[in-house]
Amino acid sequence: MRAAGVLIAIALALALQTSLARFLVGGTAALDLVLVVVVYVALTSGPVTGMFAGSAAGIVQDALSSGTVGIGGLANAIVGFGAGVIGQQFIVTAAFPRFVMFIVATLVHSALFMGMYVLLGLKEFPSPWAAVLSQAIGNAVIGIVAFAIIESLPGVMERRRFRRSSR
Amino acid sequence: MAVIDIRRRTGYLFLAVVVGHVILISTQVTTKRGVPMLEEAVFGVFSEVQRVANTVTTGVRTSWQNYFALQQVQGENEQLKQQISALQVRLQQERSLAQQSQSLQKLLDLKTSTELSTTAANVIAGSASPEFRTITIDKGTSEGVHADMAVIAPAGIVGRIIQPSSRAAKVQLLIDRNAAAGALVERTRAQGVVTGTGTDELRMDYVAGSSEVKPGDVVVTSGIDGIYPKGFVIGQIQSVKRGAGQYSSIVIRPAVDFSALEVVLIVLSPPSTAHVSGPSADQGTR
Repeated sequence: MRAAGVLIAIALALALQTSLARFLVGGTAALDLVLVVVVYVALTSGPVTGMFAGSAAGIVQDALSSGTVGIGGLANAIVGFGAGVIGQQFIVTAAFPRFVMFIVATLVHSALFMGMYVLLGLKEFPSPWAAVLSQAIGNAVIGIVAFAIIESLPGVMERRRFRRSSR
Repeated sequence: MAVIDIRRRTGYLFLAVVVGHVILISTQVTTKRGVPMLEEAVFGVFSEVQRVANTVTTGVRTSWQNYFALQQVQGENEQLKQQISALQVRLQQERSLAQQSQSLQKLLDLKTSTELSTTAANVIAGSASPEFRTITIDKGTSEGVHADMAVIAPAGIVGRIIQPSSRAAKVQLLIDRNAAAGALVERTRAQGVVTGTGTDELRMDYVAGSSEVKPGDVVVTSGIDGIYPKGFVIGQIQSVKRGAGQYSSIVIRPAVDFSALEVVLIVLSPPSTAHVSGPSADQGTR
């Protein structure tokens, strides 16, 4: 069930990334919703699940973005694994640690992704810091919001049931 | 869930995923030479494996070949050693045959150069006692050999028949202490009697003091003993001691090497008619 949920989440993130995200931030890819999902899955399900989720999501992302298939997958897999390990070792339930977690995950992912492209001589990334930083903040915000929404869903459902039953 | 079940091997899984991605990337990325990175990496790694495998197989094959070659060399070595041994034996045989042929040639020369009636005989045995200097030859009375017949060799006088049998005969060597022969110094014609001493030397007695004798003179048979034909070499004077009236001691070194006798001639003619023709006295002088 959880695997299916992860796959659905990734699919939704990809759909949002390719359709809605460009409307949100002026057409530029200032957000990486797939990465947000990967970090979320890693923090909630552990390093292995995070790694596989990152791998699968990254490969699909690479395939859809006509890049070298595997580079994004590897970067996402490493980030997912690392986030999962950190999530297991530390308490990352408060908003701020999660925020930092998303920031760091985005920075690491960008470093890996761009680093591999540059290392292989496939692509150049002149002055990426601003874009990376803005993406990190955007991912962190989206991630915090996502966590808040998802974690609030059970309470909302419970309160609805309580209201219906009290009538 | 399967994903959850394999969490125990997190590190291996992570490594596998990373490697998988690297491979995936490598299939798409080409190097500066235009070859896919995966292909080049695989080829590079596999070429090293091939190199190591080739080194190992070559080493094993070389060692194996060397082992067999060594075995073969060992076999050849043994074979060659046997061949060398056989050739050494054959060489000795050939050398012996050559010496025998040479000896026989000398004997034949002697036989043809003399007017004597002779017959050749092989030495088949030596002396049974060190006190007696004798040899045994393979000719006996059945070949016309009788007692007191002279036995000669290309180098000179050997001795006389003392005990013939039907197919063999015992020869008393001139160096036996009981042997004697009439002799004369070839240069001065001084006469005397040569006797054996039981050693490898002869002694010449009864030489007149007026005669001139000196070391190096050749002593030959005089023929007056009725056994040895006249003119055959006995030996060479080695030392001379003069006494009162006559020589006290004349030591002769025999011309014949008695320790190396193989074939001899038996003089069948009576001594009275036997005589050496030509320069026989020069033969065999050591």
